[in-house]
Amino acid sequence: MTTTPVMEAIDVTPTPHQGRPPLNVIYEWVTTVDHKKIGLMYIGYALVFLVIGGLEAILMRIQLAVPNNHFVSPQVFNQLFTMHGTTMVFFVGMPILFGFGNYLVPLMIGARDMAFPRMNAFSFWISAFAGLLLYFSYFGGSGLYAAGSAPDVGWFAYAPLTAKVFSPGHSTDYWTLAILLSGVGSIGTALNIVTTILCMRCKGMKLSRMPLLVWLYLVMSGLVFVTISPLTAAQIMLTLDRYLGAHFFDTQAGGSAVLWMHFFWIFGHPEVYVLVLPAFAFVNEIVPVFSRKAIFGYPAMVAASVAIGFISLSVWAHHMFTVGLGPAGNTFFVFATMVISVPTGIKIFNWLATIWGGKVIFAVPMMFCVGFLFQFLIAGLTGIMLSAAPFDWQLGNSYFVVAHFHYVLVGSILFALFGAFYYWYPKVTGKMMSERLGKWHFWLFLIGFHLTFDFMHVPGLLGMPRRIYTYEAGRGWEYWNLIVGIGAIFQVAGTLCFVFNLVWAYYRGKEAGHDPWDAWTLEWATPSPPPSYNFAVEPTVNSRRPLWDLKHPEDPDSDYE
Amino acid sequence: MMKTASTIPIDGPAEMQWTLPYRGTVGMACLIVAESAIFLIFVVAYIFYIGKSLSGPTPAQVLELPIFGTICLLSSSITVHYAVSALRKENLRNCSLWLAGTVLLGTIFLITTAQEWYHLIRYEGLTLQTNLFGTTYYSLVGLHATHVVVGLIMLSIALVLSLRGRVKEEHSEKLEVLSIYWHFVDAVWVVVFTVVYVLGR
Repeated sequence: MTTTPVMEAIDVTPTPHQGRPPLNVIYEWVTTVDHKKIGLMYIGYALVFLVIGGLEAILMRIQLAVPNNHFVSPQVFNQLFTMHGTTMVFFVGMPILFGFGNYLVPLMIGARDMAFPRMNAFSFWISAFAGLLLYFSYFGGSGLYAAGSAPDVGWFAYAPLTAKVFSPGHSTDYWTLAILLSGVGSIGTALNIVTTILCMRCKGMKLSRMPLLVWLYLVMSGLVFVTISPLTAAQIMLTLDRYLGAHFFDTQAGGSAVLWMHFFWIFGHPEVYVLVLPAFAFVNEIVPVFSRKAIFGYPAMVAASVAIGFISLSVWAHHMFTVGLGPAGNTFFVFATMVISVPTGIKIFNWLATIWGGKVIFAVPMMFCVGFLFQFLIAGLTGIMLSAAPFDWQLGNSYFVVAHFHYVLVGSILFALFGAFYYWYPKVTGKMMSERLGKWHFWLFLIGFHLTFDFMHVPGLLGMPRRIYTYEAGRGWEYWNLIVGIGAIFQVAGTLCFVFNLVWAYYRGKEAGHDPWDAWTLEWATPSPPPSYNFAVEPTVNSRRPLWDLKHPEDPDSDYE
Repeated sequence: MMKTASTIPIDGPAEMQWTLPYRGTVGMACLIVAESAIFLIFVVAYIFYIGKSLSGPTPAQVLELPIFGTICLLSSSITVHYAVSALRKENLRNCSLWLAGTVLLGTIFLITTAQEWYHLIRYEGLTLQTNLFGTTYYSLVGLHATHVVVGLIMLSIALVLSLRGRVKEEHSEKLEVLSIYWHFVDAVWVVVFTVVYVLGR
């Protein structure tokens, strides 16, 4: 079955935006319910927090660059790693991925907006408010006199440190409430994404024809319901403990500190997959386009994603091997953790098979994806090392663990995100980002990443614990820490190239046209930037690659389905 | 300059059947999954702390089976179901009646809970701060009661609208979404009842 392309003669020339009073522009953005604008606000807000969280990391690396350093006070150091972790997970990772999801999912399934546009705006603003609340703790944490009293309990805030006696003042409450609210926003957006995918697909977009990005966002959002909710419940309990004198985590009254660990990691580990599934999603879209081949093993990719979603719910206690779970618990969680590498391996092989024999174009998005593939493999391998309980007893809470999860979060997720920025920026703005600056960004960031996080494994193996304020000379840690610090400088330089590129391209970039990469999914059928209604006429699709069918009527994909 | 909009085929096969689920139902299902996870954590905490309180009173000393309230809450599931089917049959008067019955039964349930709490606080001296039983009991039952209150507010709005003749047959899908929420609240009560009043004693 073939269809003839219909060029629509609807005038979508955007109304000129020059000369509008800034208040009107602000009003338009604040009151918008358009999924694209909300997506962009999510991304912009996350980028601001990315810079803040990055600065916190830089301050920590300066403190640790040389032994016996007193660049910041121990108290400030504790606040830095708490705020860095909390910011990066809740106010960078989640919003930036939801931002891309918000922007791309309706476009890719041929819908005009999300299922619940007003709830979408609500979810964004409540998350944004949560981020402000967290940082307000710097001013209001212990009343206005004690400025600089941000939470200092670590990002997983183990009990009983969070009890009122051990963490007086309100900084921990700001942390709790900020996470509670951001959780409400996350559940709202996830609900919206699932409903949009299940109820708003255009004609012919069967589940088996959805782009893999949409599939992965479906799995990720489903995971959010069962991941963020336990954290919300645990934060309600903590608030009851701190404000109303309940005893959930009060060890003096028979409460259990280990219960908090369970509740936190029931959230904490699936959260890693909530963050990494969208990264997989970006790679799934970028790799085929730049290999000029359809994705290899679409059904296997979908099955593997769903499998990861399920298995990820049964691995949390590998964060708690050092607590002492007993042989049965240890065996189960070692096994479950190792099993998750099977669907993940399926994905890696499928990406390799997609690249294999393709006409690979090494544009910047593809370069970041290749970086992702390599680094994600290494991150997975150190993950399997740590999943073995005896190995974890040796290295739990050391810099080896820190290096491992930064390999996942930076080496995999951030690389895929950067690739996604270069890939979809032309769609969002209508302008191409500079390839040359993009390559500078890629290489500087790649070198910086490997200097920092490859060498960070070594002090961990040499016994350096995480979260220590400083260390004495002569333990053999000092050169490694210095190299790690130097790597951070390269990463900052790369990020500056990226930010400059974002701004420069908006004003000076080449016109992109509606489909600069010769891609195959529906978002590239709309003008760049897409009009607020996305599609003048709701599209109909007959295969997984509707734009391929359109461009190649002589050999459409629909003939093979 | 004119730009052209979409370049996608729009003349798909006209006979193609294309129906997707109602978004309210799917959204409510998602909410229920998320809420179940929250309740699950509170239930796990309750079960984990059974018998671990360092001081009295214990559940066996102070709790009594809330049979009457339970019967009221569970039958309100039936009345709300009849309200939805009455609306589907365009029987607006019966719809209002069944809705009023639901609100009444839900309110009676809340009153029995309030009486129970009053008794526990006033005469047994059990509060959130007393011991682990008090902590987990009030938070779990309170979380459920909060959901009952939210449901009652929404049902009352539906009732007021239907009394004013603003509810029509085309709203039956929406009322059904609300009824799904109410069934969920009832189902949670079955779990809470089993854990708190049967297992916990």
